Formats: sequence, structure tokens, C-alpha cells
Amino acid sequence: MNAWLGFERRVALRFLREGRMQTLLIIVGVAAGVAVIAYISALINGLQSNTLAKTLGAQAHITLRSPDDVVLPARPTLPQGTALTETQPRAQRLRSVVNWQALLPLLEGHDNVAAVSPLVSGSGLALRGEAAQAIALMGVDLDRYDRIVGLRSKVVSGSARLSPGEAILGRELASDLGVRVGDRLTLQTGLVSDSVRVTALVDLGVKDLNRRTVIVPLRAAQSLLGLPGGATGLDLALKNVWTAQALAEDLRRQFPYKIESWQENNAQLVSALNAQSVSTAIIRGVVLVVVVLGIASVLVVSVVQKRREIGILRAMGTTRRQILRVFLVQGAVVGAVGSVLGIALAVLLVWLFTHFVRGSDGLPLFAITLPLATALQVAFIATLCGVLAAIAPARRAAAMDPAQAIRI
Amino acid sequence: MNQSNASSALIELNGVRKRYNVGLPNEAEVLHGLDLRVKRGEFIALIGPSGSGKSTLLNIIGLLERVTAGNYRLQGEEVNSLDDAGLTLRRRTSLGFVFQFHHLLPAFSALENVTLPVLMAEGRVGAKQLEHARELLAAVGLAQAMDKRPSELSGGMQQRVAIARSLVMAPPLVLADEPTGNLDTASSDDVFFLLRRMHAERGISFVVVTHDPRLAARCDRTVELIDGRIARDEPVVYPA
Repeated sequence: MNAWLGFERRVALRFLREGRMQTLLIIVGVAAGVAVIAYISALINGLQSNTLAKTLGAQAHITLRSPDDVVLPARPTLPQGTALTETQPRAQRLRSVVNWQALLPLLEGHDNVAAVSPLVSGSGLALRGEAAQAIALMGVDLDRYDRIVGLRSKVVSGSARLSPGEAILGRELASDLGVRVGDRLTLQTGLVSDSVRVTALVDLGVKDLNRRTVIVPLRAAQSLLGLPGGATGLDLALKNVWTAQALAEDLRRQFPYKIESWQENNAQLVSALNAQSVSTAIIRGVVLVVVVLGIASVLVVSVVQKRREIGILRAMGTTRRQILRVFLVQGAVVGAVGSVLGIALAVLLVWLFTHFVRGSDGLPLFAITLPLATALQVAFIATLCGVLAAIAPARRAAAMDPAQAIRI
Repeated sequence: MNQSNASSALIELNGVRKRYNVGLPNEAEVLHGLDLRVKRGEFIALIGPSGSGKSTLLNIIGLLERVTAGNYRLQGEEVNSLDDAGLTLRRRTSLGFVFQFHHLLPAFSALENVTLPVLMAEGRVGAKQLEHARELLAAVGLAQAMDKRPSELSGGMQQRVAIARSLVMAPPLVLADEPTGNLDTASSDDVFFLLRRMHAERGISFVVVTHDPRLAARCDRTVELIDGRIARDEPVVYPA
């Protein structure tokens, strides 16, 4: 039989059982607090994951482009002189990333990089009969690009295929031009035009993108946009999206290209996510404080109620440390039992949300789950808070003068 | 330590003074230089009017309070210099307590109350110790009430449980503060008889505070306190 804290455990549990109603109330309080913390964590994580998935589903985590053309001074400014200049910014022409073929394996070799895809992008027109639509033309290697944005999973009609002379269109663009899978249309840029057959229609998640996007093989785009053998950029997908900013900064230090992370391209979204995270942390903190105060107040009352028992125990030879531990164990038990019930309640809330909360289209809003790690983390913190909450009452109990306590 | 010498004093108080609220305007001295020796195996009645300092003296002997001045030796050991942990350990191993209001823990059964000191000392109660506790409860006449909570027992029965609890660690000295003060005459006699029997069977010393002259007359020695001083300390002479 394990003697570890045997006395403290036994006395703590009996004390809790003796004040049954009080114990029940505080356990329910802790459970409610833990449930709120766990559920809100799951909800916000789900919401943020969903928002990120939708946002990053149609874009690269890091983009690498040629640096902008800048106006260079004809001569350096003299150190002692003052130069009064007025510079007209240069129009940016379509340029290829220098030496992109050599860069490709270099980037792919990076630990955190999941995929790299070269692309040629520019503007043009899509013509069919009398209809003409301004388009964003993208030339890609389908397999590589699929690893960046999961293009194949976005196909709503046809099958994703990009052989020479074939193209994939955004759903809305196809509708505007009146084309279906298998139909032909003409793509025209300032230089040349080409006829392509539509193999698939895709939904990129944003209507505006669907209305403009035409994806063709890399070589076709190079020829249409006058960049033979070139690539206007490289798109990178990362294993961990949150490292994009650091990696982009690292790459900027190494290469003379215009490199941007998804955070820089979506600053408002990142701010919104941060605000959400901070709000969640504040709510969690406030709830934890309430839980701590609840446990502490009940234990303070318990110490007062049990003065005589504490006095008897001290008279019989219970050390101050043992009395201290009796109340710390009570805090831990209340925290642990409350945590288990709270996690169960949070799981129920998550299930209810997943099954009964629907969007206007009748489909579930987004998936939320309570990961085991989060549940364990919340339960551990709540139990720890139970122990912390018990410190003040426990010290008070341990400091009690046995002779006085017995006289009461 | 001088435990091996059976004739030596179990308790030795020399010039013991106890003051409360020291340094405050309401400072008061309750004990004024007491000298007292208790030998092993003695059964002493501590009597005196209310406010004479009996409970204070008992608390000092029971290491629940410290002396303000003077010396206190328990089993030959000077205890004035011990810290709280040291006093607690001596209370656990050398002393048993029986209080006027039994002071059992209401959340524990009679048997659990008796085994509490063992649980406290060792963190668990072994089969042998459990058997010992059962024997003690049987010895105080509660073989049938071991699993009952204190609230299910009469006042006399509760006090018997408290007596069994005070004996479970086999201390050399049991201190009883008016153990029959809250009981009717019949129960008082029962409980007192039980204390005497335990004393006779186990050779344990008893210091019993009582207001009842009938019971005091059944002790071996009477120590009377008046106004914080020992007014009388003499053996009880039984009628021939």
C-alpha cells in the first residue's frame, strides 16, 4: 500500500465529503470554468484554422518575385552637397526571376518548405465569340502548383489536366464566357493569342478570383507573355504556416528578390487573428481567476468550519506541513474533478456546435475539435490553479494554534 | 534522555510561569512558578476552581503551549528549546489526549478515529495496527460500534472512542481534560472506571483534570491548583 500522502489524502477527501453541498458547488463552478475555457479555445482554434484554410487555400505561404524596377541616380550625391531631386516611379514591366531554375532545388532543400512552384503570371483577355473578359493568366506546372493551393481539390467540373493547349478556368469566368468543360476559347495578350481547350472549372473560394483566373501550362504562359524560359515568380508552401514570416525574412537576407510572407500580404487578417487570440487569452485568464477565487473562498470557509478538527489533529501530533498538505490536496482534488467534468462538458458543447449550429446554406459552419493536448493542458492548469487557490487557506490552517482551536 | 530508569520522573516542571499577552497592557500571569513531578505509572487528579490554571497547566504538559519561564522536562528531555515540529513529534509519540467534548472527527468512523494517529504517523494503517485498534475499541466496550460515526454514538461511547484513540500509539502519558465533565453520573463512572482499568492494565500515567471530588478521590494523587499556584499535592488515602 502506498503511504505517499496517505493521511493527507484520507483527511482531505473526508473533509470534502463532509461539506458535500459546498464541495459540489465549487466542483460545478470549476467544471463550468474549465468548460468555458476549453470550449472557447476549441471554438477560436476552429474559427482561426477555418479562416486560415480559406485564406491560404488560394495563395502561397511565401511568394518570391523579381525586385521592382527602381530609378537609379545618374551619379552619387556628394557628401557635402544637397541634392534636390524629384523622381517619377518607373512602370513595372513583366520580368523573369533571374536564375529561377537554380533557385528551385535550393528552396526545396529547406527543412520547412513543403513545395515550390514556379509560375508565370500576367494579364490578358479571354475571348469567346463576341464575349471578352479581362483575365489573370497563370502558367504553372500543375503537379507543383497543386501542392501549393490544392488545385485538384477545388475542381467543380471536369478533371484537372494541363497538357499543351489546355486550360483550367475559374467557375465564374466560365459562366461569363458561356464555356463548359471541353469547349475552346482564345487567350490574348498584348503580343500573341492562342486557342485553348477547357479541361476543368475550379472554385478558388473567392468569386473575384474565379471571375479572372485562367491557368495554363507554364510553357504556354511563357509564350503568351513573352517570357521564354522565364518565371515571374516562385510560390512556396510551408509545413508550418506560422514560420512564414521568419523564413521570408531569412530568405530576404540571402537573396536579392522581392520575398513576401502570407502575413505581409494579409496584414489585416493577421491583426484580426491576433486580436482574437488576445481576447481569448483575456477571457481564459479572467475565468481562471474566478475559478481560483471560488476555490479559495470555499476553502477559507472550510478552514473556519474545521478549526476544532484542525486543533484536534494538531494536538494529536499532525505537523503544520501535514495540515498544509491536507488543504492543498483538497484544492487539487476540487481542481482535478472539476477539470474532468469541465472537459466532458466542453466535449458535449463541441458536439452540439458541430451537429446543430448551421450556416445559412444549411451546412455546418466549420469543424471544431477539442484536441487531447488542449484538454490535458486546460485540465492541468485548472488543477494547478486549485492547488494555488488552496495555498492561502492552507497556510492559515497550518498556522492555527492547537490550544486555541480546541477551546473553540 | 533517561527513559530506561523506571523510577525517574516522566514529567518535571521547575518554576514554571505562564504569562499571556506579554508586553501588552492586559498582560496576565496565570501560573506563578509551579514545581511538579509526575512519575511513571502515576494516576493524578488535577483539581481546582475555574480559572485556577488547570487547563493551562495541562496544555503546557501536553506541549500545546510553551512556558514563559521555568523548565519543563518530558521523559528527561528539556522541551523548552524544541521547535514546533519537535513539539509536534513529542505530542505524537509521548502523549495521548482525552478532551471534555471528546473531539472526535465527525467524518470518520469510530475505528478510523482510533487509527488516525497511526495514519498520521505512517501514512497508512497496517493490518496489525488495525487489529490493535479493534482490540482497543473492544477493550473500551465498543466492539459492536466500530463502524459507527461519532454522531451515531452516545456521549459516553464517544468518550470511550477518544480514550481508545489516546492509547493507540501506546504513549507513556495520557492527559485528560475533564473527560467526564459532559457526561451523566452513570456514564462518568463508566468512563472513569475505564481510565483506571487502562492505567492498571497498561501502566500508563494519567493526569486527569476534574471538578468532581468523587472522581478525584479515586486517583492515586491529588494536585490542587488555586490562583496559579499548587495549593495541595498529596497522595489519596483510601479508607482502611
